[in-house]
Amino acid sequence: MQPFIEMNKLNLYYGEFHALKDVSVQIPERAITAFIGPSGCGKSTLLRTLNRMNDRIPGARVEGRVAIGGIDIYSGEVHVESLRKKIGMVFQQPNPFPKSIYDNVAFGPKQHGIRGKKKLDELVEQSLRSAVLWDEVKDDLRRPALSLSGGQQQRLCIARALAVEPDILLMDEATSALDPISTFKIEELTHELKDRYTIVMVTHNMQQAARVSQQTVFFLNGEVIEHDATRQLFANPVDSRTQDYISGRFG
Amino acid sequence: MSVKKPAHPTLAYSFGKRRGASVLLDRLFTGLVWGTGIIVILFIVGLLFLLLEKGLPQLSWNFLYGLPSEIEEGGGIGPALFNSFYVLIISLIVSIPIGIAAGIYLAEFAPNNKLIEVVRICVEGLSSVPSIIFGLFGIALFVEFFEIGLTILGAAISLAFLNLPVLTRVTEESIRAVPVELRNASFALGSTHLQTIRRVLLPVAMNGIMTGICLTAGRAFGESAVIILTAGVSTSGEMWDFNLLSPGGTLAVHLWYVQSEAIVPDAQEIAQKTTAVLIIVALLINIVFRVPLWLNERKNKA
Ligand SMILES: Nc1ncnc2c1ncn2[C@@H]1O[C@H](COP(=O)(O)OP(=O)(O)O)[C@@H](O)[C@H]1O
Ligand SMILES: [Mg+2]
Repeated sequence: MQPFIEMNKLNLYYGEFHALKDVSVQIPERAITAFIGPSGCGKSTLLRTLNRMNDRIPGARVEGRVAIGGIDIYSGEVHVESLRKKIGMVFQQPNPFPKSIYDNVAFGPKQHGIRGKKKLDELVEQSLRSAVLWDEVKDDLRRPALSLSGGQQQRLCIARALAVEPDILLMDEATSALDPISTFKIEELTHELKDRYTIVMVTHNMQQAARVSQQTVFFLNGEVIEHDATRQLFANPVDSRTQDYISGRFG
Repeated sequence: MSVKKPAHPTLAYSFGKRRGASVLLDRLFTGLVWGTGIIVILFIVGLLFLLLEKGLPQLSWNFLYGLPSEIEEGGGIGPALFNSFYVLIISLIVSIPIGIAAGIYLAEFAPNNKLIEVVRICVEGLSSVPSIIFGLFGIALFVEFFEIGLTILGAAISLAFLNLPVLTRVTEESIRAVPVELRNASFALGSTHLQTIRRVLLPVAMNGIMTGICLTAGRAFGESAVIILTAGVSTSGEMWDFNLLSPGGTLAVHLWYVQSEAIVPDAQEIAQKTTAVLIIVALLINIVFRVPLWLNERKNKA
């Protein structure tokens, strides 16, 4: 498979602290790649280098190369706003805006200059359908987003991310604040989305990685320990540390 | 399969002893809080009653609308009431945009250095400076430097200066209080900083900012020291006088004037009625600024 996202000797420092060490990973298009590893190993940091959310952290410094579709996203030519338009992000805590369901989903398109009620209505419906939330909310899109349940809020956040029509979806432990049924729904959803989007998900839940991803990267202390097809990595881990982690001996 | 009943059902299971002291303290505390709350409410209601009881029943349109009289009975407060609103609105038009802009700058753009720290401390200090200092500043600027005398314009701008520090601080704090998750959500969707400020930070912070505006509007409406020094105690004596350079005695100043200087026989009565009007308008100002927020809240919050 042609790699879509390529990280090459990527290093990230928070001031003196060396958070990502020589990370080189290739992520295929239209598949789910999972990053697993214990808390604090740098999974979120890595995810944020892909849509340059680390730019906003004072003292964070990136070295090395990250290319998406062959373009170095840290080169001067890439506008961070247009980069982020191509890359949706879903966070650990559902974070809908205190606005209506409709306004949440329409928020991104509006910021990117899409006007016209018809076009927005279409985008909102299509995004909510993609996030498998449409049937639950279609009767009243003017309802406050905060009146939804946690799981619905998270699917709304996915719909909101999809509404700007990205190619990549980053999910940072998107189910860790949710109950098992909501988690299951979102896992199903990612399964459907992977034919249309390149999904990079971070999780500290190994079963989740095993269930939904095609590729798994095991991460420890800012270093890639092992990267393989998910089946392979869970069945026959090469590194003893991977073995220890997936058998639950630490983390 | 019947379960054998224990011989002494009452002894078989127990929830332990009641924790006497802490339960007692809890009751005591609850009682204390309730008691204090009721006393405060009674006090406020009583105060309102005392202030309104004499003036409110006598209020008439003639009084609200009428021109003041220097010697005879039956003067109104029309021009003073008009000036109150006129000065208030001009001062808000000047102070709200500047205060909010400065607050946004401090919250979002100001670098983290010593200079900005000093600026913050100054803003904080200025928001608790006695208002008469701003009155003196107004005299220095408008009466002495620009030589335009005692005017509505001078009073409005001096009031705006008085309120700027509070507005700046309130805006900064409200924007800082917006959860970082919402900020991240906006940026991750590819919004620019300006879009994030306009579409996420300001709307979410609006509740706090509105509280600040209410506070400053109330303060400006009731302010007397600054007005006496920069706009004088008298009005032009005409209704609907929009001239910015007219003398700008407001209602609060008028109250002080009739209580202490006026020679009209019904001064006492005018003072009571003016008090009632001041209180009602102050309440109205709060309602006017709050209603849109309430509506918005109903729409957006769960
Ligand atoms: N903004 C920051 N400033 C300084 N250190 C940070 C910051 N964010 C994360 N770190 C540190 O970087 C390391 C990796 O953090 P993170 O990427 O959040 O890990 P994970 O998502 O795997 O739990 C941790 O040691 C954390 O303390
Ligand atoms: Mg994390």
